[in-house]
Formats: sequence, structure tokens, C-alpha cells
Amino acid sequence: MQSLGEFSSLWPALPEGVLALGALLLLMLGAVRGERAGDLITALSVGLLVLAALIVESLPDERIIIFSGGFVFDGFARFVKSASFIASAVAIILGRTYFREIKVVHFEYPILVVLASVGMGMMISANDLLAVYVGLELMSLSLYVIAAIDRDNARSSEAGLKYFVLGALSSGLLLYGASLVYGFTGTTAFEGIAAAVTQGARPPLGLVFGLVFLIAGFAFKVSAVPFHMWTPDVYQGAPTPVAAFFSAAPKFAAMALFTRVMIGAFPQAIAAWQQVVVFIAIASMLLGAFAAIGQSNIKRLLAYSSIANMGFALVGLASATSAGIEGVLVYMLIYLFMTLGVFACVLAMRGPQGMIENVEDLAGLSKTNPMMAFILAMMMFSLIGVPPLAGFFGKYLVFLAAIEAKLYALSIIGVLSSAVGAYYYLRIIKIMYFDEVKQSLGPVPSEVKLVLGVSGAFVVLFALYPGPLYSAASAAAKSLF
Amino acid sequence: MEIGLSHFLSVAAVLFTLGVFGIFLNRKNIIIILMSVELMLLAVNINFVAFSAFLGDLVGQVFALLVLTVAAAEAAIGLAILVTFFRNRGSIAVEDVSQMKG
Repeated sequence: MQSLGEFSSLWPALPEGVLALGALLLLMLGAVRGERAGDLITALSVGLLVLAALIVESLPDERIIIFSGGFVFDGFARFVKSASFIASAVAIILGRTYFREIKVVHFEYPILVVLASVGMGMMISANDLLAVYVGLELMSLSLYVIAAIDRDNARSSEAGLKYFVLGALSSGLLLYGASLVYGFTGTTAFEGIAAAVTQGARPPLGLVFGLVFLIAGFAFKVSAVPFHMWTPDVYQGAPTPVAAFFSAAPKFAAMALFTRVMIGAFPQAIAAWQQVVVFIAIASMLLGAFAAIGQSNIKRLLAYSSIANMGFALVGLASATSAGIEGVLVYMLIYLFMTLGVFACVLAMRGPQGMIENVEDLAGLSKTNPMMAFILAMMMFSLIGVPPLAGFFGKYLVFLAAIEAKLYALSIIGVLSSAVGAYYYLRIIKIMYFDEVKQSLGPVPSEVKLVLGVSGAFVVLFALYPGPLYSAASAAAKSLF
Repeated sequence: MEIGLSHFLSVAAVLFTLGVFGIFLNRKNIIIILMSVELMLLAVNINFVAFSAFLGDLVGQVFALLVLTVAAAEAAIGLAILVTFFRNRGSIAVEDVSQMKG
């Protein structure tokens, strides 16, 4: 029974196994019962993701390495995985009414989200460039299809096509980087790469080249400048729940992978990657702040906002300290709540002829739907970083870490671009509260109300009880060092 | 002349650059973009196999096999998305992928 013994040692990968098997079973169910099974599959997928998050939480609190060093489970993986699985489940819930109304009744949407979550789990736990690549591709291939899921809509298929072409380019860059790193260190395991870098005082030039290519691939996945070109088009073209999904779970997983590769595989080459990360953080914050000003489509505006927010999270990574990584984790978790809440507001914008997406259509929302206007206003203040809302604490932690790491220029530019970004967030509040009512929005679906309520409550009340999140994030960050 | 590691790396670098430029400079057909992506991935495979042979380490060849598999899946998904795009727009010209801008 030696084989069974080996098999049972793989239990840290149980959440991914449950998700993968569950996705296959749901696919069978959908193939047998057809579109009628849509609601059942939606409910079961949400249940599956919540179950996976519960399993992640119940795994022991120690560092376990399996699959010959390819897969690691630690506090960091636990924190990011449970958050991304729950965020994926929320994205499925948000799509329930929306897809029925635009008459896209493909049962594949929740299943593809589950498959993407398997990929996320694998990349969050990756401890080897091979595992990085396979996990990233499993996630990305599902995302390409999800972007184009509204297949009779020209915009959605255009979004899918653009995402696919640029995504394929970025995985090519990432792979080229991986091949150079492999060639110059002789291994693909993170520990081996870290050891190979330590031996010399300066890392060899080929390795630095490979590192830069790797960063380019990751920057694409987190939509950081200069690899952000796909974000506005994909957010605008893809169905709104899909855009909500893209802005939440995959971003967090990709940011976690970025962090783990930089800290886990290149701890001795900080000087080499820190300046690159500082550059992309500054560029993302500035571009996100300035390019969003002229946008009239709210999904496009949120795309630029997400580029800017990735820049802020990268400020924490740039500091390369345990405090900085804690900042990244807290920032990204709070961002998950904010982005899902804002997208729930976008999903609640239902005019007489279906969904509306223009910022101007929110005019006078405070009179027609005061509760939603209040929650959206709180989200906007939180995205600006106004205390005592949740967004402030994320920004505070990353900038504090950057200042402690003596990255003064980065912090100053970051705070200034945050002030520029406040303009377009405040514009939305002004339109909601001071403009004349143009049209009243339709009734809000109940699941959208639920997401709005939970995320709104989190953003407003986070300041009262931030302790548990801080201690969880700090334990997760320490497990990387 | 002995053919060494640097020759293989140069070939791979040239092919990879050709692939990247094929994506950006091509103004005609999206199929050509898919071919360029394939070219990039195959250039990476040359890198992996060359390093693997010169390091005497098998991981690189395993990596190359996985890249081949994933590239096949990627091409299948890319072509499927291209088909839905063609059904909606009746064209696969690169300049027609421009409904959304800004």
C-alpha cells in the first residue's frame, strides 16, 4: 500500500483537487441536462468554492511542500487562497440575474470560474517555475473564454480576442524569462534559484534578463503599466459580472504569485528587481490616475482605477520587507471588497432598455435610490483613501512600508497620484448627489443587494475591528520570509 | 566550427523577436498573430531543450513538453474565440478589432 501512502501525503492540495473534480462533475451534469441545469450548476459551483475555502482554512498552520517541491502550502497560500475562492464565488453569484437578462444562458460560466480558481490555487502555491506556468495558463485559458462568453455580442468577442492575443504574448515573455532563469541557475525550483543567486555577489546578466521577462509576464497578469493595454477594453467589452471577476480574484492570485516569485526565488537579487517594480508601480499609479479622468463609461473608468490600485499594491511589494508584503495582502483584500461592491453598483444600473454603463446615468441617484448612492459614495471615498474607511488602511500600510524601506520618491509620487485620482472618484459622487435626475434605475436584483450590503458594511465598519485581518496578513507575510 | 550553446540561444532569440514583431507589426490578419504566438513559444522550447542538453538536466525537456501541450490548448482556444469574432463581425482583419478605444 505504498502508493496509497504517497497519495495521502498530497492532502494540502485537496482544495484544488476538490475544485477540479467538482468542475468535471458539473460539466458532465451540464452536458447531460443541458441549459436547464444552469441554476443548479450555479448553486453547486458557489458551494464548491466555499467548500474549497473552508478546506483551505482547516489545513494545518505550517509550511508543507509536496509534488517534489512544486507545490507549497503555507500561511501566505492560506490567506490568498481563501480570499480568492470566496471572491470567485461572489463573481458567480453576481452573474445570476445578469446573464438571464441578457439571454446568455451558458452553464459554462460558473464552471469556467471554478476551473480558473483551480489555476489560481496552483499559482498561489507554486514553488517551481513549471508549476507557475501550468497554474497561470490554467487560469488564463479559462479567463480568455470567460471574456468572450457572450458569444453573440461583437464587443464581448472582441474583448476575448484582445485579451487572448495580449495574454498569449505575455505568457510567451514569461516563458522566455523562465527559460533564461533555468539556463543560468540550472534549476526551476525557487529554493534552487534563490541558492544560485546567493553564490555570487552580482547575479549574472542572463539571470537579470530572465528576471525582467518574468516580471513583464506578471505585470501583464496584474495589469500594471506598461502591460495594461488590455484592461480597459476587456472590462468594457466583457459582460459586467465577468469584469467584476477579472478585477477581483485573478488579480489577487496574480499579485500573490508575483510576490512569491520575487521574495521566494530572488531574495538575494532585490536590488535587481526592486527598481523594476518601483518603475511599474509609479507608472501604473500615474497612468491610472490621469487616464481615468476623461472616461465616460463606468466600466472603463473602473479599469483605469484598477490599474492605479495595482500600482498602490506594488508599492508594498517594492519595499521587499515583511511589512510591505503585509501591506500588499491587506491592500488587496480590502480592494477585493471595494471592487466587488462597485461592480455590484454597476450591475444595479438597469435602465428601461437593459443595462446602462455611462457615468452620467447615475445623475440624481441620491434621490431615486439613496441607499445605493450612499454605499457607492462610501466605496468612492474608500478608493480615494479617506479615513476612517477601509481603503485608507490599505494605502497607509503600503506607504508606511515604502517609507521604512527608504523609497521616498515612490511614496511621494504615490500619494500625489492618489490625490489626482480623487478627482474622478469625487466626480461620480458629485453626479450622484448634485445633478438633476435624468432617469430612475430599475429594481436591484436581490443577490446584487446582498453583495452591496456586505461590501458596504465591510468598507464602513472595517476601522472598528481591523485586528483579525492585520494579524492574519502579518502571519501570512511572515511565512514567506 | 563547433555548434555551442550560444548558437542555439541566438537562434531562439531571433525567432522570439520575430514572433514579438509579428504580433505588433502585422496589420492584416489575426491568424498571423496566432502563428507569431506559436513561433514565440517554439523559440522558448529551443531555449529549454538547449539548456537542458548543456546542463545535463532533464527538467528543461519536461518543461518543453508541457509548453507544447499548453500551446496546443492555447491555439484551440484562440481559434475558437476567433470564430466567434468572425461570426459577429464577418472579418478577421486586425484593423477591424477596434470597436472599443480610448
